[in-house]
Amino acid sequence: MKIYNGGKIVAGIVIFIIVVTFPFWYGKGKPSPPPQLSLDTPAIAQLQDKRCVEDVNFMRANHMKLLDAWRDESVREGKRLYTAKDGRTFEKSLSGACLKCHSNKEQFCDRCHNYLAAKPSCFSCHNIPGEVKK
Amino acid sequence: MTTNRREFLKIAGVSTLSLIAPAIVCPAWAKEKIIPVSNFPEALSPSKALTAKRWAMAIDASKCPADCVDCIAACHATHNVPDFGNLKDEVKWIWREDFPHIFPEVNHSYLPKIARARRPIVLCNQCANPPCVRVCPTKATFQRQDGIVMIDYHRCIGCRLCMAACPYGARSMNYRDPRPFITRINPDYPTRTKGVVEKCNFCEERLAKGLGPACVLACKEKALVFGDMENPQSEIRLLLEKRFNLLRRASLGTKPQIYYIV
Repeated sequence: MKIYNGGKIVAGIVIFIIVVTFPFWYGKGKPSPPPQLSLDTPAIAQLQDKRCVEDVNFMRANHMKLLDAWRDESVREGKRLYTAKDGRTFEKSLSGACLKCHSNKEQFCDRCHNYLAAKPSCFSCHNIPGEVKK
Repeated sequence: MTTNRREFLKIAGVSTLSLIAPAIVCPAWAKEKIIPVSNFPEALSPSKALTAKRWAMAIDASKCPADCVDCIAACHATHNVPDFGNLKDEVKWIWREDFPHIFPEVNHSYLPKIARARRPIVLCNQCANPPCVRVCPTKATFQRQDGIVMIDYHRCIGCRLCMAACPYGARSMNYRDPRPFITRINPDYPTRTKGVVEKCNFCEERLAKGLGPACVLACKEKALVFGDMENPQSEIRLLLEKRFNLLRRASLGTKPQIYYIV
């Protein structure tokens, strides 16, 4: 069997395979550095007990579910207060509660969301304190 | 071994029981964990919050000066309502309308000219029988226990069925991103985004904090009265008892809760 322009075709196939598999062998064995989240804000510095609404592991894994529950309960049921497992009470508010402490959205929320390519649409409506002129 | 009829029925019976057993016994570890919630806020404590069985508003059109925009300005500043600068994209929560357009069924050529020349303010009627709620395919628009018809902007898909259903034109669509068109963003209230419908919410976020609606407080002429229609001693009920008043297009059966004293 004779292949017309065999050299070009084989070279093309080789280049194609190299390009397609590039992402697999380029980063092999090199861990991508996890995002460094900053907790260095004036509000957090003033806290006696550095504790979020719930404990860190819960918040890390479930903050999006918590915020979804807050959203539905406050908008649809008018229940605007959240009692944490340890009995403390918080307003169910993204701009009014979360971002009061985590006022450094770019160094906190965004770093992790960018790392994971998560694109929450919260801030297309909810205000970021400090970004709006009072 | 061959199973006889008796053995087969025994096995079938035990299998059926084992299937329904978890539902009857319901052990603690099988229950879904529920995050405990509370509705007793510190800053938003129920003792401070204004509550009612049915919120309503009375508008005294005779007290309303023709060139005044205080209520409109206060509402639109409080709720971050954008001004796109053209009528096609216009977003409005409260605005002025010609008398014949507000009361097409009542209007005729021989009504007093003063009455017909008035341009009373209009807003969402917070209907007791709201057609917008019935047509919303995602239940983004819903009616609260106290009668307020709300939009959950998180759920709105921008289909605009509610705009077609509303006989009062009380709803506006954000055809463009509204943020660049808000002169001064109020940080205490969210903006909307492109592709959602918005309207007056009877200041439910202010009622929760114990404040009256922004338009009512902004009105120097006290032309707007807000209150509970189910309470016979409320200011609004006593006022409507004394003065003749109209509803917008009452024959449609939407049971509007904005009462016009004309």
